[in-house]
Amino acid sequence: MKPFTYERAKSPGEAAASAARLTDAKFIAGGTNLLDLMKLQIETPSHLIDVNGLSLDKIELTPQGGLRIGALVRNTDLAADPRVRKDYGVLSRALLAGASGQLRNKATTAGNLLQRTRCPYFYDSNQACNKRQPGSGCAAIGGFSRQHAVIGASEACIATHPSDMAVAMRALDATVETVSPDGSARNIPIADVHRLPGDTPEIETSLKPGELITAVTLPKPVGGTQIYRKVRDRASYAFALVSVAAIVQRDGIGRVALGGVAHKPWRVEAAEAEMPRGARAVATRLLDGARPTRENAFKLRLVERTLGDVLMEAKG
Amino acid sequence: MADVSAPAPGMPVTAKVSFTVNGAAHELDVDTRTTLLDALRERLHLTGTKKGCDHGQCGACTVMVDGRRINSCLTLAVMHEGGSITTIEGLGTPEQMHPMQTAFVKHDGYQCGYCTPGQICSAVAVLAEIKAGIPSHVTGDLNAPPQLTNAELRERMSGNICRCGAYSNIAEAIAEVAGRAA
Repeated sequence: MKPFTYERAKSPGEAAASAARLTDAKFIAGGTNLLDLMKLQIETPSHLIDVNGLSLDKIELTPQGGLRIGALVRNTDLAADPRVRKDYGVLSRALLAGASGQLRNKATTAGNLLQRTRCPYFYDSNQACNKRQPGSGCAAIGGFSRQHAVIGASEACIATHPSDMAVAMRALDATVETVSPDGSARNIPIADVHRLPGDTPEIETSLKPGELITAVTLPKPVGGTQIYRKVRDRASYAFALVSVAAIVQRDGIGRVALGGVAHKPWRVEAAEAEMPRGARAVATRLLDGARPTRENAFKLRLVERTLGDVLMEAKG
Repeated sequence: MADVSAPAPGMPVTAKVSFTVNGAAHELDVDTRTTLLDALRERLHLTGTKKGCDHGQCGACTVMVDGRRINSCLTLAVMHEGGSITTIEGLGTPEQMHPMQTAFVKHDGYQCGYCTPGQICSAVAVLAEIKAGIPSHVTGDLNAPPQLTNAELRERMSGNICRCGAYSNIAEAIAEVAGRAA
């Protein structure tokens, strides 16, 4: 690790202002992804702002009947919350499908959203990576790309977003609350938090420098059968090849978001009208415009089959 | 501890941190880069906690902080001001072993033993997590308390890798302490 100075922030506004003062400061909460990357010198902040003391660790009912999840709520606590288990089952299931017990005890809600890709070429500093070193190229294109994105990728980057939680939150229409260095707050629909890579894969979210996530809000429960199905190379403790977050109502209509296929949780609202017509119709619409590599073209069929399994389970 | 700012660029930065380990209070002056794992091993000489991958993938460094198991390699010592840390040395001693340690010996839940302290810390925490009603990936009904099944124990232990492959004996040991057959 490169040396860094360290401070404990006393308020969200102070943390954001402190981050804006230095160009290479980083917030640290759970630290499970950031410290991993700092050890490899892929992340080299000169200053860490520890936000763990900010009391953003509560899950509260909103006046609209939804839930406001503090940025520091640990993955374990969010998955185990009785309200989440009862009314937002897809979120509990997604969280429990991710990482290990030890990591979920530390990883936070905001940190999970902001975790970086596990593309092996991003992690290997001997390889070209436009995300790690803009302009250096993308070794994943033409490389071992079995795990990579099949849709929404670019000539600059074919990395995927690794989160399970974010996929469920996309299906649940969550909103991300932030505070900026000037003290102003804003709400960002989860669909607009993560970006597609385009020509600037190093810019992964719509957050501005110094902007700090303070909470994630879920709208009031929408009911339905909620399922998170993750397909991976091991039964536990592995990232998704493909995952499906689904909320299916009694009439067969609902919502579907995909993980493991793109640079962000992948949802196409127009595809959801196809749900009563079955998995193939939905998958065709969801993956319209997909450009897989030779190695990951299997993901297209895997999405359809996983979706088929999910829709069958939802029917009961 | 003092908040540190404006050091010379690239120079190591130190900071003070106080926490208790196995009930004993410690105050350390550490390089801010020091992980909790390195503080335990290199500064406090509690070498029961092992460094395996040093990237949160193997679980050999598992300890309990404020009652919850974490990977001590993926957290900084300075982030644990006022924290209460339990390592394998705090669970039991050769003279007075923790029931989980006794069960690992009885069921031969290891070969080389390197992953064992992490396995045992994790296993003790797993039983507490099930008791606290925390669900897992294999829990059938999210709205009912999780059951003490072999599938539950195995899923919850997936963050602890045993390269010797002693998994079936580890599962037997945990099941015995949990009070049921694996």
